[in-house]
Amino acid sequence: MNRDQLRALVLEELTTIAPDIDTAHFDDRARLRDEYDLDSMDALNLLTALHQRLGVSIPESDYAGLHSLQALLDYLETQLET
Amino acid sequence: MSDFLMPSLGADMEAGTLVAWQVAPGDRVTKGQVVAVVETAKGAIDVEVFESGVVEACYVAPDTKVPVGTPLARIGSGERIITEIPAAEIPAAEIPATEAPAAVATPTAEGAAPATAPPPRPEPVVAPATAPPPRPEPVAAPATAPVAADGRVMASPAARRRARELGVALTSLGGSGPEGAIVLRDLEQVAGGVPRPVTRGGFDPDEMRRAIAATMSRAKREIPHYYLATTVDLHAAERWLTDYNRERPPEARLLMSALLMKATARALVRYPDLNGHYGEQGFQGAERVDLGMAIHLRGGGLIAPALADAATLDLPTLMTRLQDLVQRARRGGLRASEIGSPTATVTALGERGVDTVYGVIHPPQVAMIGFGSPRRRPMAVDELLAVRLAVDVSLAADHRVCDGHLGAQFLNEIDAQLQHPEAL
Repeated sequence: MNRDQLRALVLEELTTIAPDIDTAHFDDRARLRDEYDLDSMDALNLLTALHQRLGVSIPESDYAGLHSLQALLDYLETQLET
Repeated sequence: MSDFLMPSLGADMEAGTLVAWQVAPGDRVTKGQVVAVVETAKGAIDVEVFESGVVEACYVAPDTKVPVGTPLARIGSGERIITEIPAAEIPAAEIPATEAPAAVATPTAEGAAPATAPPPRPEPVVAPATAPPPRPEPVAAPATAPVAADGRVMASPAARRRARELGVALTSLGGSGPEGAIVLRDLEQVAGGVPRPVTRGGFDPDEMRRAIAATMSRAKREIPHYYLATTVDLHAAERWLTDYNRERPPEARLLMSALLMKATARALVRYPDLNGHYGEQGFQGAERVDLGMAIHLRGGGLIAPALADAATLDLPTLMTRLQDLVQRARRGGLRASEIGSPTATVTALGERGVDTVYGVIHPPQVAMIGFGSPRRRPMAVDELLAVRLAVDVSLAADHRVCDGHLGAQFLNEIDAQLQHPEAL
């Protein structure tokens, strides 16, 4: 899976959780929590979806540092390579 | 035999629109089964029946707005099943949606009856000249739905789902699948003639705002609130939670809000004067804790469905229910029993809020418990200063039922519960 496909997959899951997110103008560097109003339950639902679709289980301690979509994609790429 | 009524889904609701039937005359229903979808200011709500039996008649056609308490259907032994309803058989008024008053725009009259009082039965008005059949008829000769040995109409799961979306009764269809079972293509034939599919999860922000305004105005007018707040050290809860979640996949993890809800539910069991409803006869304590949880809806709405019997749920179950409730609050599919009557409500601001929230009690309840944002802050621990995760918990309670002394004990009980997260 290349980066674009990965990004599309994550955005798809994000819009399931927050249907009002405009994916066409998504700012990959914006803080997910603040800019896109994702609360802790939204975040947990996102992690659950990513675990189911990619097999990557992101520990809480790692997620705490993943503030933006860009950081999340970087992290997932590393995990998927290994 | 009894009538199935338009339920009251909150103190502010005066009328609701029947959007779709999920059953048809002749269907056997069991207690708790969803039989209809009703549109309210809170969005589309699934409504369950409270007894088992056979649907003998559906009085109200989809897309009809009727006052709370209007008979919608008759549930009985199945001896007299009516599919075409003569006007004389309809027990109470039907109000066409266009002429009905807005559900919540009408302010409650001063001194109006509390929500627990049964609504007046509407006077019959002229019955609709052409009572629309509750379901579209197939173009072909009346079909007889295939019935399995257990009495259920044979249909594929996809067909059942589509039928629900369309508000079409399976019994009205003929099946073209194996052994005459109804399959998806049988539904597509009738889809064209159906008024509109049920829209789920949507709510009208203006209407919801009016509903919130009406309820909160009544709360501030009628309930003598008193307020208390205290700070709870979440150090033990945080450590326990981190340990618990460390080796677990995301789907099995817990959130702090699950601990806060459980601690609150347990404290309510110990302080029953805060758990129940205030009605015409004064305060009536509830036998169990159906803990409402205020959920913020994206797009500017608020709804507080109940976690049933929250004090008895273990944390993983409570967490699953919480997630399910939030998801259905946002996407649709909440049940009438969930939004009808929590016995007390929690509002939790989450990480993006502020330190303290002072709640407004949701009548006829008598307590609103508020959790601010958990935040690291300096705290005195023994003789030292420590930086710890802490949360401000507040109580808004009804002075007609109890005093601040009891309220303080209650908040301290929540604190005590949260110091032993392993026991929650």
